[in-house]
Amino acid sequence: MAQHMPTQATPSVPALVVEDLRKTYDNGVEALKGVSLTVQPGDFFALLGPNGAGKSTLIGILSSLVNSTGGDAKVFGVSVNKQRSAAMKLIGLVPQEINFNQFEKPFDICVNEAGFYGIPRKIAAERAEKYLKELRLWDKAQHQARMLSGGMKRRLMIARAMMNEPKLLILDEPTAGVDIEIRRSMWQFVSGINAAGTTVILTTHYLEEAESLCRNIAIIDRGTIVENTTMKGLLATLDVETFVLDVQTGAAGLPSLPGVTLRHLDEHTLEAEMSRSHDLNSLFAALSAHGVVVTSMRNKTNRLEELFVRLVEQGRNGQAAAAEVAA
Amino acid sequence: MSASANLVALHTIVRREIVRIMRIWTQTLIPPAITMTLYFVIFGKLVGSRIGTIEGGFTYMQYIVPGLVMMSIITNSYGNISSSFFGAKFSRAVEEMLVSPMSNWVILLGYVLGAVVRGMIVGALVLLIALLFTRLHIAHPLVTVLSVMLGATIFSLAGFVNAVYAKKFDDIALVPTFVLTPLTYLGGVFYSVNMLGQPWQSISRINPILYMVSAFRYGVLGISDVDIGMAFVVMLIFVVLLSWLALYLLKRGVGLRS
Repeated sequence: MAQHMPTQATPSVPALVVEDLRKTYDNGVEALKGVSLTVQPGDFFALLGPNGAGKSTLIGILSSLVNSTGGDAKVFGVSVNKQRSAAMKLIGLVPQEINFNQFEKPFDICVNEAGFYGIPRKIAAERAEKYLKELRLWDKAQHQARMLSGGMKRRLMIARAMMNEPKLLILDEPTAGVDIEIRRSMWQFVSGINAAGTTVILTTHYLEEAESLCRNIAIIDRGTIVENTTMKGLLATLDVETFVLDVQTGAAGLPSLPGVTLRHLDEHTLEAEMSRSHDLNSLFAALSAHGVVVTSMRNKTNRLEELFVRLVEQGRNGQAAAAEVAA
Repeated sequence: MSASANLVALHTIVRREIVRIMRIWTQTLIPPAITMTLYFVIFGKLVGSRIGTIEGGFTYMQYIVPGLVMMSIITNSYGNISSSFFGAKFSRAVEEMLVSPMSNWVILLGYVLGAVVRGMIVGALVLLIALLFTRLHIAHPLVTVLSVMLGATIFSLAGFVNAVYAKKFDDIALVPTFVLTPLTYLGGVFYSVNMLGQPWQSISRINPILYMVSAFRYGVLGISDVDIGMAFVVMLIFVVLLSWLALYLLKRGVGLRS
């Protein structure tokens, strides 16, 4: 992986500070209700939330496509509201929707993008070649963009976002609808960018990606941040895990173990819900003593997914309770 | 952004617009050339030969050439910017520019220059075709160039405003059909407004296209329906007003930012 050269960040200045950010659309929808969060330089930050939670509105405000109705955001200390032009220089955006001219060629799309940032054509052409090669698009550089596959179009948007070599790269569901092989190559590229110093903010519905890539996380729902912590810290709060066990033959009965709930899903499958502090050895020993032969085992859901669902539900229950009290 | 960075950005937009015009030249350059050739054959040659001379001793063919050239320039400038900018809006490619550090005036000027270039190319093509039918000499070159530039600029700006407000492709066809074409035909392209009786002569004088056509005709033939100074004042007022409106819309993000 080639070394990327983001402009040097001042360690003391956060990559992003969002302060009491609010957005109410003309139709009255309150998309953001005072969102505040901080992202440190060099971080790989996950911004998660269900559909309609406010993620894209937040990213829209950061990239100046959406006008906020309150609060401010600062990118490396530069206000998006007051110094839009200077702030935009620091950001690279990979949007959720394909938003390039499909009749242009990938090379031209990248070079033109650099031109919009005032980067001279010669340098732009060199960068376009570099990033299109790194994202394995160089052989398509002179084809019309509409001829590219869905995965190629998504990679092209990443290459385009790198043309100004941003300090802060924002990826809004960049892997939606992309096959696993291409998705992995995209994450390899973005991890390399991050390792070289670029701060990355990622929104995705593939939670296992967020879990494996991101160091810090914010979960947003209905325009409010319901959790903002480290990925490790968040995962540590998960006290119960559910495992699915494939077994050779259906046992007549199941052992009874304190702290473990065992049940049959079908003749060859068991589900075990247990505390994270409970050791697995005693479970296997009990099953073995009962004549149950376990052939494989897996988590029922991704750990982050379990927490995500729980936090969003807790947040909604809290809001509903507050609304009831207010009424 | 610095002045040099803005210049690079401006150059990028203009270059992209010119590449687009050339890439789809069968849609951007050939149709107006064919249409105007038909105008010259039917109105200039067939009908015009029975009309004889018109104002200033010029043949009808000579009289309508400046009008038709100016008509081509303004309709193509307008059409270029409205379709290109609305196309960028529709495909969301406009976001490439909106999230960049580029100033709004760079975006506006880039698109306007691109549209003016198309107007100029089409105008030159139509003029070349006209020379197949009649002989012309330019009476006032500076007036000719300035009137063409201002006319193209005014309608580029108007097309930009149209594209900003447009929500669907129909919206960018409405203004040319119901406003631009009638105003052009009633703007002295085919006749002198002095031939009209009152109140039509006075009503015609509130049509901005009359001032553009007259200024250009003065530049080419040396005759005009309106005072040439007044024509330039009117055109400059339109440039200033439309520029202000377009920049205001960009600043507010009307139709572009939520």
